[in-house]
Amino acid sequence: MAMEITQALLAAQSPDSQVRTAAESNLKQFQEQNLPHFLLSLSAELAIEQKPPESRRLAGILLKNSLDAKDSFRKEQLAKQWVAVDPAIKSQIKEALLTTLASQVSDARSTASQVIAKVASIEIPRKEWQDLIGKLLANMTTKETPASLKQATLQSLGYVCEEVSPSDLEQDQVNAILTAVVQGMNQAEHGFEVRLAAIRALYNALDFAQTNFENEMERNYIMKVVCETAVSKEPEIRQAAFECLVSVASIYYGVLEPYMQTLFNLTANAIRGDEEQVALQAIEFWSTVCDEEIAIQEECAGNDEGNSVLHFRFVEKALHVLVPVLLETLLKQEEDQDQDDGIWNLSMAGGTCLGLVACTVGDAVVPLVMPFVQANITKSDWRSHEAATFAFGSILEGPSVEKLAPMVHNGLDFLLSAMKDPSSHVRDTTAWTLSRIFEILHSPSGTIIDQSNLPKIMTVLLESIRDVPNVAEKVCGAIYFLAQGYEDAGSASSVLTPYLGNIITTLLSTADRADASSNRLCSSAYETLNEVVRCSSIPENTNMIGQLLHEILKRLGQTMELEIVSTDDKERQSNLQALLCGVIQVIIQTLNGSEESLPVILQSADQMMVMFLRVFACHSSTVHEEAMLAIGALAYTTGQEFAKYMPEFYKYLERGLQNFEEYQVCSISVGVVGDICRAMDDKVLPYCDGIMSVLLKDLSNAVLHRSVKPPIFSCFGDIALAIGEQFEKYLPYVIPMLQGAAELSTQIECTDEDTEEYVNQLRRGIFEAYSGILQGFKNAKADLMLPHAGHLLQFTEAVFKDKNRDEGVTKAAVAMLGDLADAQGPNLKLLFRDCTFHAEFLGECFQSDDDQLRETATWTQGMIRRVLVS
Amino acid sequence: MAPPPDHRRPIKRAAISDQQRRREVALRLQADRRSDAQNRARQLASSVLSLGPEPETEPEVEPEQEMSDASGQLAGRTDLDPVRAARLRGPEVRRWFARQLMLPEWMVDVPPSLDRDWYVLPRPSGKRCFVVSSNGTTISRLRNGSILHRFPSNLPNGARTKDVSGPASSYSILDCIFHEPDETYYVIDMVCWRGYSLYDCTAEFRFFWLNSKLSETGASDPPSQYHRYRFNVVQIYECNLAGLQASYSGQVPYVKDGLLFFNKHAHYQAGNTPLALVWKDNVCSQYVLDTDSKGQIPSQQQVVLELQNDGNLTTSDDPPVALGSLSRDLIAQSGLRVGNLVRVAIRDDYMRLVDGKLDLGKLQLVGKTNHSRAFADTYSKVLFQHAARHAPLRIEDLVASIQSISSTDKSQASDVEMEG
Repeated sequence: MAMEITQALLAAQSPDSQVRTAAESNLKQFQEQNLPHFLLSLSAELAIEQKPPESRRLAGILLKNSLDAKDSFRKEQLAKQWVAVDPAIKSQIKEALLTTLASQVSDARSTASQVIAKVASIEIPRKEWQDLIGKLLANMTTKETPASLKQATLQSLGYVCEEVSPSDLEQDQVNAILTAVVQGMNQAEHGFEVRLAAIRALYNALDFAQTNFENEMERNYIMKVVCETAVSKEPEIRQAAFECLVSVASIYYGVLEPYMQTLFNLTANAIRGDEEQVALQAIEFWSTVCDEEIAIQEECAGNDEGNSVLHFRFVEKALHVLVPVLLETLLKQEEDQDQDDGIWNLSMAGGTCLGLVACTVGDAVVPLVMPFVQANITKSDWRSHEAATFAFGSILEGPSVEKLAPMVHNGLDFLLSAMKDPSSHVRDTTAWTLSRIFEILHSPSGTIIDQSNLPKIMTVLLESIRDVPNVAEKVCGAIYFLAQGYEDAGSASSVLTPYLGNIITTLLSTADRADASSNRLCSSAYETLNEVVRCSSIPENTNMIGQLLHEILKRLGQTMELEIVSTDDKERQSNLQALLCGVIQVIIQTLNGSEESLPVILQSADQMMVMFLRVFACHSSTVHEEAMLAIGALAYTTGQEFAKYMPEFYKYLERGLQNFEEYQVCSISVGVVGDICRAMDDKVLPYCDGIMSVLLKDLSNAVLHRSVKPPIFSCFGDIALAIGEQFEKYLPYVIPMLQGAAELSTQIECTDEDTEEYVNQLRRGIFEAYSGILQGFKNAKADLMLPHAGHLLQFTEAVFKDKNRDEGVTKAAVAMLGDLADAQGPNLKLLFRDCTFHAEFLGECFQSDDDQLRETATWTQGMIRRVLVS
Repeated sequence: MAPPPDHRRPIKRAAISDQQRRREVALRLQADRRSDAQNRARQLASSVLSLGPEPETEPEVEPEQEMSDASGQLAGRTDLDPVRAARLRGPEVRRWFARQLMLPEWMVDVPPSLDRDWYVLPRPSGKRCFVVSSNGTTISRLRNGSILHRFPSNLPNGARTKDVSGPASSYSILDCIFHEPDETYYVIDMVCWRGYSLYDCTAEFRFFWLNSKLSETGASDPPSQYHRYRFNVVQIYECNLAGLQASYSGQVPYVKDGLLFFNKHAHYQAGNTPLALVWKDNVCSQYVLDTDSKGQIPSQQQVVLELQNDGNLTTSDDPPVALGSLSRDLIAQSGLRVGNLVRVAIRDDYMRLVDGKLDLGKLQLVGKTNHSRAFADTYSKVLFQHAARHAPLRIEDLVASIQSISSTDKSQASDVEMEG
């Protein structure tokens, strides 16, 4: 029996917090004590027309939240709970939901259709609720069905398609859904709401229409209806129809050709003259076609010939008409658009699409865009000037350097002088264009920047960084990429040395600017500083970077003295600490590359460590992470000396390792354990019990993000290598974990690239763990690993035969084989003689282009031979 | 206005995302360092055993060769390419090899119970090295890690011959001094024999094993095609009066360079140890006082020390002992780097012992040392050299100490008698 919960639901929305809290706890108690009846009562509340809309609304929300959650672990739990509910009660609930679709209250209908989809997402893959689609379709085919029910039904169908995977529906169900949806779009028969619901449902159903799109007749029909809908009188419907076309372009690129002329006309008209939200979708159609063709070209780049992928070169064919249409949109800027970073309007969408077109067709876009640039860039109205600059900046990626270099060379002076234009829009886009030029075209060997123009560029950038925050931020970007261009230049990076002091001072004062609203400029300034440090020539600039380190440490100290009143203050403080710790990390990494500069870090090590510990004491996860990263770098640099910091640092390390909610913090902390092991060697021993127990707990934690687990295995290897035979006591825990993970890795079904990559990472971690343990035990306790040799060889063979194996796994596996042979010696003679895959495996490695892999394989071969002849 | 569609990145956006980059860089560095650490462990292991195919060339490595070359040869030319060898950092290679050899301290005081607990032997002059035989080849390595010889020998698995008992991979390691004039390896200790480690055995057992096992192999036979160099055992004496006399003034077939003392109960302990001692005077050694880089004995004592990052100059002891420091200016002027070995002269009048600690007073920088030099002097060596110039520990002192021990023993024994 459903319980009467109207009062509780209303009370839970009371403005009186006492009433509200009491009601919430009552509901929660009900939910915990009797979930099935709680759900039944909610569905009843939602279904009864006489109930107040407020209580129905909350009932719907609670129902939805009882079935689905964002967090995947929670989601799985909720699904299990639902499955466990008594089938009789579940069917009552589902009936109530279907009834609600006919409600007069649109809110209730809409909520019911969402909840139906959530239930469907659990049940349909389990082959339950098989009559759902039939029941929904019946609503559509009955003549006297009111429009409101049809609308809710179409909505439900759409949501169901969104929630379940195409493989879970039968083809005849798909056919029926498509038929119902397409009929719902009929202008003569249906009103606005039904047609809108129908075209939106079609959007979700497109994924299911694979078979139908292969059939020319059905495809023609669907396309015809969608194209007609794209010129409906209501803009919402036109917009939804263009969204369908975008989706078709992405899913069914291969069958688009016959419709392209029509689609071109439709989209060009919409871009030129339709309302903005429709025009944006029409631009998005072309951006999507570009995405597809870029992907095809990337795929073909690997193959020499005869690829099976169809490449129609729609963009190239439409280029002469498409580019002018897009250029027009660039002139449709909004006032003050540069104040809003996330803005999306015709000009932004048009520029983005133009950029994709340039990536798709390369050089061919240049002659079509340059006349527009030349005609507009010298005009005095800001729209023309900005649009011309934006067009130029948009096509910098794609065309060849040879094609672009002369134009950039000729235009650079003009761009630099435009940094003084009265319009901030112009200055903003000009700064962005400069940063694109440096990012894409500038390299030490290139001709874009040389001794003749560098002084002027630096002068302009260091002046313009004082501009309004949005422009200054883009100037930071320009400096960032200017420096990056010299990153791998070796001695050439000293070209920046004369400016280094000035750049650093300017960036520091930029970070201090009071008008750096929302701190974005501040973080751009510090992040640019990072790149400048990375690219500064060491040891030439050691002293300057050393001074910078002191300044940054001083600033970090000042953050501790900030007055913290609100959570905003707290956040600002921790963001600032994160940025400063980031700079310190980069400084450490940069200075420890050279023996001359190393002492600078070692002298300040104590001071840095004190600061990091104080930052930890402020406790905030982002800071935590950045300080952790910096500590990892410091540990590597100080080596065994790091031992003196461990007593203080350990508790924070442990806290980081336990932070499974913020998995990136956890992951970084695991990495730092590795750094510390390598730095401290066996001096890390006193901390190993603690570290190992947290790591083992992490591995057993179902909530911890899976990406952290492979590094934990690698980390076992680091610890074993550092403490050698002392690792023995952890073996009884570690070995089962490794074996379990190895087994899991052979069972996971690799349905997508992410899973494939994960399996590879997991295996690499497992091999690295075994390598560390084998090496660590080699001298004194090699026998301990002997019982596991058989398993290890079997696992390695399974990995060898996996066609998804990547190079990282191959390296780790081959190295581990060598370690195994090295550590166990003659004991493994029979095993190595009986399993022959290693010869084939090593043979494959000798064919590799990777020197390191070939070397390791040679070493492993030597080790195995030694065993075989023993 | 609505935001852009989920997957569409606006072309004009703030370009920098350095945090992710920092994360990626950190992860990449960690991965690189892990594989470096593991490779180093592999490399160092195989550098002792020096695996790989037939030795194609016999690298004639001069002991005076530069350190960078020495590390390049770490595992023989056939195993390593320079790229990989370059990743092994100089000091690590040095330290690792330093860790393998037992390094005697210099005798500055006579240890108690010399005649009861110690052995003495006349030390051959020459190059201290590790000799490893395994898989049909024999390799000797100097203290700095460079290969001295790669050759066939009668040591177990030391040559590609068929009459080998036991697995070919099992290895033997001897602690030797290579004596140039007669091209002979004088064995002063045995560390591993046919894969059986003697590290954890007392000197007493090791010397017993050395004497009984080496002769079984024919390693002391004259050189032949499959036995390039002869291995001789150095005569080891109980450190009583007779033993001390024999080793001090007895005839030996090699150039003598002082006396070595081993504590009978001590295990083979890698690194500096006071349980092995070296002592010399002008009678039993031609090289009592250290020479400078030109081979001359300098008028003032010179010491080789390692420059630390705080400017301190330290010995090679573990932990290092700081004996002085250089000013930052001087370091900068002379182009020195941390880790450099520098030769400094000591002004006698400045050097004194304060509370048992040596104070070198004002140091005078002579220059950087020869590149082949891998280690700074030890504290005991500095003391010994200082004593040798001023108030040396004489053979008479050693003799006296043995006699006094004997007399104490006697008096104790007579005490017992009296009580009885």
